[in-house]
Amino acid sequence: MTNGNDMANDPALKRVKTGIEAFDELVMGGLPRQRTTVVGGTPGSGKTVFATQFLAHGIMLCDEPGVFVTFEESPEDIQTNMSGFGWDLERWCGEEKLAFVDASPGDREELVIGEFNLSALLARILHAAKAVGAKRVVLDSMAQLFDHFISDPMSLRREIFRIATALKQAGLTVLMTAERNSEYGEITRHRMEEFVADNVVILRNVLEREKRRRTIEVLKMRGGRHVEGEAPFTLVADRGVVAVPLTSLRLEQQSSNTRVTSGNPEIDKMVGGGLFRDSVTLVSGATGTGKTLLVTNFLAGGVAAGEKALLLGYEESRGQLFRNALGWGVDFQKMEDEGRLKVVCLYPEAQGLPDHLLTIRSLVEEFGPDRIAIDSLSALERVAPETGFREFLISLTSFIKKREIAGLCTATSKSLIGGESASEQHISTLTDSIILLRYIQERQTMHRGMMVLKMRGSEHSKEIRRFSIDSSGMHLGDAMGDAPNVFTGAEAEGTL
Amino acid sequence: MSVVVSLSSATKRKLRLYIAGETPATFRARVHCRALLDAVPGIDIDEIDVLTEPAFAETAGILATPTLSDDALAPPRRIVGDLGDVDRVLQFLGIERSAS
Repeated sequence: MTNGNDMANDPALKRVKTGIEAFDELVMGGLPRQRTTVVGGTPGSGKTVFATQFLAHGIMLCDEPGVFVTFEESPEDIQTNMSGFGWDLERWCGEEKLAFVDASPGDREELVIGEFNLSALLARILHAAKAVGAKRVVLDSMAQLFDHFISDPMSLRREIFRIATALKQAGLTVLMTAERNSEYGEITRHRMEEFVADNVVILRNVLEREKRRRTIEVLKMRGGRHVEGEAPFTLVADRGVVAVPLTSLRLEQQSSNTRVTSGNPEIDKMVGGGLFRDSVTLVSGATGTGKTLLVTNFLAGGVAAGEKALLLGYEESRGQLFRNALGWGVDFQKMEDEGRLKVVCLYPEAQGLPDHLLTIRSLVEEFGPDRIAIDSLSALERVAPETGFREFLISLTSFIKKREIAGLCTATSKSLIGGESASEQHISTLTDSIILLRYIQERQTMHRGMMVLKMRGSEHSKEIRRFSIDSSGMHLGDAMGDAPNVFTGAEAEGTL
Repeated sequence: MSVVVSLSSATKRKLRLYIAGETPATFRARVHCRALLDAVPGIDIDEIDVLTEPAFAETAGILATPTLSDDALAPPRRIVGDLGDVDRVLQFLGIERSAS
């Protein structure tokens, strides 16, 4: 067990992982070792969770014991509050991997007059660190100290600086939480960033269109690079802070040449032999044009070929989906019972987009599908602020492509006969293939037309094919010779 | 809000002075405590150095030094910093200057 007071410095270990994956990427691997990081946030923004996770990760995965100095809540309260995240603080205390320094107000009457120093606090922290061989220390939260020593904030600042310096010299990586008064106002209430912080991280909990949006931002990292801007995160039971990886994505995808069936042999031909294993296909069309049928075929085709398929439904209920499929001779229930298919239906409004993303990720990780269908992206878009949706889409497509899962997403176009809606513009640039389904008026009848608008990396049919839908599914007809310009946004002509 | 404790000659009230090492602040605190002992014979002051006894400091929950504390009271009463104003200290700790 390493002695916390050792001056030993391993130059190779420059970063300390927090265990919050996407966050560690934002800071190039972790928080700088033996430096002070101030984590600021308004009440309820998740500072204590973040700080505890930092310690928990050290104990569970890095063999680095820690010290939790608590100024506000009692150790018992913290143990209780954090247990929901799967962290057994009490047990770690028993195993001497974690030590608490209880600096909470407790039941005392204290009068502060004149000059003081915080040597006692420092002595206690060092004592605890030595007892467990700590490498990480959390001080939560500094505001409490300022409230207590309110008569002499200057002395307090001097002492806090002294303590931080001493802890760093003792080989500890320090994390202090600080209060903020507003989400976009001053950095921290007591200007912690000015006098003691080597690094500053801000947690926000912003109310946006009736929903809370949690973000994390690395404001400054002395002597080190970091990714700028806010990244969304959420608090998950049994895991803690889970950040959504966005800017960390690199365009590194390997390209697969393997083709998989769309579920409809005619469509497979139109796209040059099938969809690519690691591609995302967008199916866009107005309501009733046949998107759900296409999804059903996609799933059934995959299962028939021996794959596992996952369907995420945000528009219709399970009952409706299963009934519709049965109407076309596709038995979802049987496939589910055999473990080949999993259907999950959710209300888009039930959670924010980052949470949706995490739900999808954990479903994929748990079930391990070879193909995934999302019906529909438009339903999810309703939930989101504009930037949030694009980020979500980037994350989602990246995630499934990296795992070589063939994806099919539907989007509802706003106009019945053609044209591109705003959401489609977003989505269309991020997908590899686009299939358009449109109504075409010919004389007094509405016909259906389908075309492959793009298929990245492959030859594809440029024709607009007629198609029909009946109880046995989708049937593609011939190409429409003189089809009016429904696919380019102009009004249908209606004559043949 | 103040607690008045009556003293009998048989029992002495025990206070604790927490200090951190041999520093000017410690010397000042000792001087002030001597003044207190002169003013009130019925008290005893034990000195505890948090640097040599951090575990004790942890149990008592001491953050700052110098701290003069009556840990026997419930809740404990403490004065931090400047102990020079004898009357104020005594008043806060609820100690009367004894007339004997």
